[in-house]
Amino acid sequence: MSEHATTHAAHDPNLGNTGLDHRKMGMWIFLGSDCMFFGSLIGTYLAYKGKSLSGPTPYDVFNIPLTSYSAALLLASSLTMVLALAGLQQHRIKAAAGWLLATAILGLHFVLNQVYEFASFALHEGLTLSTSLFGSSFFVLTGFHGAHVTGGVLWLLILVSLAWRGKLDARDYTKVEIAGLYWHFVDIVWIAIFTVIYLIP
Amino acid sequence: MATHAAFMPGAETERQNVLWSWLTTVDHKRIGILYGSSAFIFFLVGGIEALIMRVQLARPDNTVVGAQTFNELFTMHGTTMVFLAIMPMSAAFFNYMIPLMIGARDVAFPRLNALSYWIFILGALFLNASWLLGVAPDGGWFGYANLSSAQFSPTHSIDFWMLGLQILGISSMLAGFNFIVTILNMRAPGMTLMRMPVFIWMSLVTQFLLVLAFPAITVALILLMFDRFFGTLFYVPAAGGDPLLWQHLFWIFGHPEVYILILPAMGIVSEVLPTFARKPLFGAPVVIYSGIMIGFFGFGVWSHHMFSVGLGPVADSAFSISTMLIAVPTGVKILNWISTLWGGTIRFRTPLYFSLGFIAMFTMGGLSGVMHAAPPVDLQQTDTYFVVAHFHYVLFGGSIFGLFSGAYYWWPKITGRLLDERLGNLHFWLMLIGFNVTFFPQHFLGLIGMPRRIYTYAPDLGWNFWNLVSTIGAFIIALAFLVFILNVIKTARAGQVTGPDPWDGRTLEWSIPSPPPVYNFARVPTVHDRDDFWLEKYGDGHGAAPRARPAPVTAAEIAAIHMPATSYWPIVLALGMLLMLSGLMVSTYQIIAGGLLTLFCMYRFAMEHHRPPAGHGP
Amino acid sequence: MRMPRSSSVRTVVLLAGVLLLATSCGWSLWDNPMTTVRPQSDFGRAIDGLFMLISWTTLVIFIAVEAALLFVCWRFRDRPGAPIPKQIHGHTALELSWTVAFAVVLLIIGIPTIKIIFKTQEAPAATALRVEVAGKQWWWEFKYPGLNIATANELHLPVGQAVAFHLNAPDVIHSFWIPRLGGKRDVVPHRVNQLVLTPEAVGEYPGQCAEYCGMSHANMRFRVIVHPKDEFDRWVKSQQAPPVESADPLAQQGKTLFTQSACVGCHTITGISGGQVGPNLTHFGSRASLAANMMANTPDNVARWVENPEHMKPGARMPNLGMKGEQSKALAAYLLSLK
Repeated sequence: MSEHATTHAAHDPNLGNTGLDHRKMGMWIFLGSDCMFFGSLIGTYLAYKGKSLSGPTPYDVFNIPLTSYSAALLLASSLTMVLALAGLQQHRIKAAAGWLLATAILGLHFVLNQVYEFASFALHEGLTLSTSLFGSSFFVLTGFHGAHVTGGVLWLLILVSLAWRGKLDARDYTKVEIAGLYWHFVDIVWIAIFTVIYLIP
Repeated sequence: MATHAAFMPGAETERQNVLWSWLTTVDHKRIGILYGSSAFIFFLVGGIEALIMRVQLARPDNTVVGAQTFNELFTMHGTTMVFLAIMPMSAAFFNYMIPLMIGARDVAFPRLNALSYWIFILGALFLNASWLLGVAPDGGWFGYANLSSAQFSPTHSIDFWMLGLQILGISSMLAGFNFIVTILNMRAPGMTLMRMPVFIWMSLVTQFLLVLAFPAITVALILLMFDRFFGTLFYVPAAGGDPLLWQHLFWIFGHPEVYILILPAMGIVSEVLPTFARKPLFGAPVVIYSGIMIGFFGFGVWSHHMFSVGLGPVADSAFSISTMLIAVPTGVKILNWISTLWGGTIRFRTPLYFSLGFIAMFTMGGLSGVMHAAPPVDLQQTDTYFVVAHFHYVLFGGSIFGLFSGAYYWWPKITGRLLDERLGNLHFWLMLIGFNVTFFPQHFLGLIGMPRRIYTYAPDLGWNFWNLVSTIGAFIIALAFLVFILNVIKTARAGQVTGPDPWDGRTLEWSIPSPPPVYNFARVPTVHDRDDFWLEKYGDGHGAAPRARPAPVTAAEIAAIHMPATSYWPIVLALGMLLMLSGLMVSTYQIIAGGLLTLFCMYRFAMEHHRPPAGHGP
Repeated sequence: MRMPRSSSVRTVVLLAGVLLLATSCGWSLWDNPMTTVRPQSDFGRAIDGLFMLISWTTLVIFIAVEAALLFVCWRFRDRPGAPIPKQIHGHTALELSWTVAFAVVLLIIGIPTIKIIFKTQEAPAATALRVEVAGKQWWWEFKYPGLNIATANELHLPVGQAVAFHLNAPDVIHSFWIPRLGGKRDVVPHRVNQLVLTPEAVGEYPGQCAEYCGMSHANMRFRVIVHPKDEFDRWVKSQQAPPVESADPLAQQGKTLFTQSACVGCHTITGISGGQVGPNLTHFGSRASLAANMMANTPDNVARWVENPEHMKPGARMPNLGMKGEQSKALAAYLLSLK
């Protein structure tokens, strides 16, 4: 977003008193808000842990190897994201686009794994949204996280498309940086969810 | 400097269809006016809802409205006053005044700002559409589970409330991001954080509360949404769900929300008192730190709304202690305000009257709040008219009086005309008397056992007299509002035109024309103090003289100012979001269509200035 | 601009008048049937003591603050030609002192508060009378498990004996409140809350649901009758007795109608029906009111209720069974015969 009331004609209009770009600061605040959002969802999950009256338990249904693989995918995607930013900064647009695409593909793979997991729970394990408190809280928490990842994948693919069409270069560093911040956040939230839901007994 | 028609602030530079220029505006001043007018209209709507309730309750066993309608009325009255009146009225002041008071030309994200407004108004209209469709929400403004479940509330009434609040929440959060960045990042040179006006500080704390508290109710509503639409079990006791989960999530939002409602008014009072007493706010740093502490500790008191649910003595004690602790920063502010007046030269004008009314009424509301902070006492008072009296004292006697103070104070800045002083005085006295006649007796009603949210009562319980008195008071309040409306109309037609500084103010907004030009400041000022404008006029009393008048602004300087262009994406994006969310009540196709439109609009919104014409920055 | 003398006098008289009015209002709180400031139980008295402490403290603060406000407004009002006042920014010592003072006041309130929280939530003695309260949309069920009694909307208690209420709701959240006997406790689905109190005076005390629970929340009331011990024992015996067999032909007609209609699916009359949805009617005639203390238990009211419950009580869960004229009169006669 480059449309700004200019307060210092000689300076970058996006930079402010704190030295931070407006958009970066905005993203950090959004992520703080999103923290409270996921915190409330995780809190709900924890409040209902062990309180289901029927239906399969987490122990019955979880496929820890698959979910660990998914976690690794997201971690790797954070790495590719960092590489994308480095490439952009060094004016290697093609490389940056490539790494952004890799990030998106890893994210997409994560989402597809999740779809597979949800489907197998619903169809083979008898666990749906309305089966039990576990079903409700599990699907809503991980589903909203998955929605966040999906949104991020779309964002990344748009950036890739812009790069390929010559509409993204080093000038857009901050824009790609805030996409990166969002992506890392989504990754960190997954670490928290993975630990709380899958790993802690 | 361009001249302006008396009631048309900041005219756009291009000749455009007037309606289109308002629909696509990204000017914070216009958005402020949109928020303010919308809020006032909804204030009247909420007021009418209240009047009908008071007529019904004026006599026992009354039949003016039936149970269902009354339950809808109190639900909508509360929801409207909180989300559609007080919050957007505060937003009107944030929008109009924050850039002016920090020496900025607009907010950090002007199109996001417009988006916030359009989402708000569409959400407000959506919520009120339920009246027209005969399914107005009837679960209370707090929508407790599991009365709100599909089993006990089978019609769409709760859905309107639930989705309406989600939409409104998005609007508030987006505005929060915007104003935090604006305040932290767009202050004029020399304006350190401690040199910011106190209104800016209170607004900043409010914005942080908005972005950190709303997610809790977002989640509470999402859980309810999934229960009602998709069969989840979050609030279903038969499946082990806990209705108290709703209460916890709601009040984790709800308590910071009441500070969201009061802090802006406190900020306004902190500006008005120094101006009319002609001396600085007494202990401004302490008032600022109190505001920050209230914001922070406000997240730790939520279960004082739940003292009757049986949390146990340990939890009750913990929340009682934290609630009493938070009374300290809240209370000492009052002494700071009174000390501001002490030793001053107090000019009694309408803005000051309302600020004085704020202090007097908020003190009373705060003290009844101290009573509620003691769980045993609260067990007699909660869910009765005693607590209704308490929160009306702080929200009406506090927030509304504070907002009116701001309205009369900044009206000349926004419109270039002063509101009539005699009508303003009449408005104040009528409202003060009417308010107290309405709500003071409600303390008694609570103490003699009248519960809340009842559409009628038996004649042999001793509640008849005070209910009648309270109703009479409500009509006096209505009269006060009519006086205000009369004042606004009279002023628009033939009000006294004023210059930039009718009150001999202390802060930056008084240094620019009334109404301000679209770019606010022809030349961005450099700031040396919280009351920088006052120092510029009078010096600092320690030998430093008033500053020399700066050289006049040149046409070339003005021509070099670049203001953001208008955009229609905010309103279209808002429509897409409304279509998507309301689709949950209609059909999956509408959800998909709305979702696609939303995504499309988000893309176009983001790309609108992706590669701007040369000379417009990155 | 000095305020003219007459205006000052007027202001003082006005303020005095307001104060007098406010005080006289306080007097009216004493005699009300649902007043909270004339407690008749240990629980109520503990609350009231704390309330008095806080009220007096806050009253003093109120008078001090409002007086200070009025004083500064009068003393420092603008006069023509007044110079710009001294630009005082603050006074650290003063601000610190009043912060500490306020904190001390809260401490004075806080310490007894914590004490009374714990005192009023102590576990009941083993000799306490146990009453199970179920709040249902929009009536109250009272069971005395130790005495094998089930009744509705009318709660009988012995004076001077501790009673432990176990509160539950099978549908939505309600709140159990008898203002003359103390504070309220919510009744939450799938949760058992407890309220313990000892009524200290014989008498009749109205109660009411205090948590919005839907359409007829306003009509979800109940009556509490505190008896001397021997009177209570007599009540218990009569409630434990089998239902009265009336010789009145109209009542017998009503009984036949009752047993042949859908009534049996929802209501229990010991030995005759076992429905659990609506109130237990075994000793309906012994109750002074019906429909959760909405109206007196007269033949007329009962007949009208039976004919069209929803008309009497918006949203009532009892369906309209199409009883008319003679039928509803007969049912009323039967039900009222069940003393």
